[in-house]
Amino acid sequence: MKSYIEPEFIVKRDYEKCVKCKVCINECTYGVHYYDDKNDIIRSRDENCVNCHRCVVFCPTKAITIEKNPTQYTENSHWTREVITSIKRQAETGGAILTGMGCDKPYYTYWDKILLNASQVTNPSIDPLREPIELRTYLGAKPDKLELELENGEVLLKTKLAPQLCAEVPILFAAVSYGAVNFNVHLALARAAAELGTFMNCGEGGLDKRLYRYGDHIIVQVASGRFGVNPEYLNVGAAIEIKIGQGAKPGIGGHLPGEKVTQEIAQIRMIPVGTDALSPAPHHDIYSIEDLRQLIYALKEATDYTKPVAVKIAAVHNSAAIASGIARAGADIIVLDGVRGATGAAPKVIRDNVGIPIELALASVDQRLRDEGIRNRVSIIVSGGIRSSADVVKAIALGADAVYIGTAALVAIGCTLCQKCYTGKCPWGITTTDPQISKRLDPDVAAKRLINLVRAWSIEIKEMLGAMGINAIESLRGNREQLRGVGLTDTELKILGIKMAGE
Amino acid sequence: MNREFSHEGRKTLDAPGPVMINNGVVTINAANMHYRDLNLLLKTHSNLAKRINIYNVYGQRYIGTGLRNNVEIHVYGTPGNDLAAFMDGPTIYVHGNAQDGVGNTMNSGKVVVYGCAGDVVGYAMRGGRIFIRDDAGYRVGIHMKEYGEQKPVIVIGGTAQDFLGEYMAGGILVVLGLTLSHGETHKAKFVGTGMHGGIIYIRGQVTHVGKEAKITELEENDVALLKPIIEEFCSYFNFNIDEVLAGEFKKIVPLSTRPYGKLYT
Ligand code: SF4
Ligand code: SF4
Repeated sequence: MKSYIEPEFIVKRDYEKCVKCKVCINECTYGVHYYDDKNDIIRSRDENCVNCHRCVVFCPTKAITIEKNPTQYTENSHWTREVITSIKRQAETGGAILTGMGCDKPYYTYWDKILLNASQVTNPSIDPLREPIELRTYLGAKPDKLELELENGEVLLKTKLAPQLCAEVPILFAAVSYGAVNFNVHLALARAAAELGTFMNCGEGGLDKRLYRYGDHIIVQVASGRFGVNPEYLNVGAAIEIKIGQGAKPGIGGHLPGEKVTQEIAQIRMIPVGTDALSPAPHHDIYSIEDLRQLIYALKEATDYTKPVAVKIAAVHNSAAIASGIARAGADIIVLDGVRGATGAAPKVIRDNVGIPIELALASVDQRLRDEGIRNRVSIIVSGGIRSSADVVKAIALGADAVYIGTAALVAIGCTLCQKCYTGKCPWGITTTDPQISKRLDPDVAAKRLINLVRAWSIEIKEMLGAMGINAIESLRGNREQLRGVGLTDTELKILGIKMAGE
Repeated sequence: MNREFSHEGRKTLDAPGPVMINNGVVTINAANMHYRDLNLLLKTHSNLAKRINIYNVYGQRYIGTGLRNNVEIHVYGTPGNDLAAFMDGPTIYVHGNAQDGVGNTMNSGKVVVYGCAGDVVGYAMRGGRIFIRDDAGYRVGIHMKEYGEQKPVIVIGGTAQDFLGEYMAGGILVVLGLTLSHGETHKAKFVGTGMHGGIIYIRGQVTHVGKEAKITELEENDVALLKPIIEEFCSYFNFNIDEVLAGEFKKIVPLSTRPYGKLYT
């Protein structure tokens, strides 16, 4: 069948600058650039280009620019190019469209409609350059009350505390599974987490034994496919996360395309090489909050109650009620992943249409748990499109204890959000398990970039806290008085639990 | 062949205290004991004891969950859900019926049940063996896995219900139909739905197979694979191996290793 799909991008090469070094040919994993030896010239196959910018960055003479194809269909705000192309593609293949990363639609990003407060005159700000500002965050269930005991003039804590994760910054690396990404990416995340005193989540594809030494900084995940889950794995991590859902694809299961299931991945996941790794939508032993409780306690039994157990859900319409159930089921941490949450592979229709913005889900969950008097029983980690230190500060003021960053972490190590992770050919060596392409990701360099990013955000968070006159991130948590909305309706302000700017 | 439940499970113990130790054999009276206390006792004693007998088990969950040694545990009564979950090594004999989630994500070891089991036996099982003398519930062997030498085995002596071997990615699942009367077919529907690895052997008639799997005949190497497994099964429950093997077996295997590869573009 002749394809009617036109190239999305046009590769332009400045032939005055091109020195025919062929770097672009080697760097492109989609076979865009090629050498025409008859005419001694480098040419491109535009239709293969995914706009990943790998060639743009690596071309020594900066000869390449990539443009959106200027040939557009007749302008139509309803029948956009994306819609027309999707229809053609489906008419040609009969398949559901697969995509990568998070929802890219212009739904509200509420972070951009929320502004922070600062101290002026009456409540002096704190200078973070001179005074310590505390970012350390403890994640886990907190007791309803503390009982103290006086012994020989010394005050002792009588209450037995539930196990906690101690993060030096309220920023953790979100779950990206081994298989979705390669070993080098996991190694970089683990090293960065250890160096920063925070945690990386290894995702649902198991953990390579070479990373066990970073276990104190790794949250191990248990998803419906139970890939790589054995007692050793459960015990090596600092905490366990039960993955019920994720923001990129609420309600549907995981899907690691067979192209990425190499020998190494097959071994750790215990599935045949080249098969799709399927995590069914539900855990087949969880059909209720009671069943969830059963798995939470099975994991606690398997790890002698020494580790916090988190439950991750996608932000959906009734998140608040579900979160209440999760808290009551005995989870120590609730992870909420918003509509912008990313993935290595998801049906596009789900990614772009299912779930709700994390800001609204967070505000309603935090409020619900407070109203029910159980907010202390769980910590809340939010994820799904956290882009900057400002988003982190706003999230914490809205009620989160900490955030997970996934996309931002990958962008730090090279990702350009081309959304083609599911092909397994990520030119930046991230979402690929091809041994050759994976080599592009130098774990030392990547770890350094991750450390730099989180350090930079930490400085900025301290600046913002100091400006508000707050010297510990703890005092910001749920402190919605520090937030004001702009351009929001009354209902939106009500759900967010914040006042309008000027109020 | 044998629909009667063993009455051995009803055995009670009039022990003075909850734990007695005699010659490497630890005896626990679990009456009125919370599962957390029971499992703590198991963890404390299982590294040294040869054998642990637990009497008066009334639905305590997680027995053997996460245990990592080679102890032999005898459970008298009815253990609760998630028996032997994440277990790595021990052998558990249940003298009575088991409930849901037997061997959930079990890594190695053995579970032998002298009775029936509930739903999701061996969910995502990664290694070891489970033998259920009588019937089991829904979704037995869902998501079973294997790699190289690590190959889990589940044998159900009786019959099992729908979604048997769903999403199966490896391992061997055997259903012997010994509780069915002559000519009675297995009722399980959607057998092997989403299957992309492993083998299911069924003795007797199965009528409804998931669209990702197919029924085929046994070959010589299948018999060689199956015989020692059935031998082991018979050795626990005193069945006659020749009688069991004389039945008509069918094999269910995946149609493809990528059942859903064509759904996406
Ligand atoms: S990398 Fe740049 S200079 Fe080298 S061949 Fe490609 S376009 Fe030309
Ligand atoms: S991880 Fe790689 S493939 Fe995925 S969006 Fe980023 S650059 Fe593209």
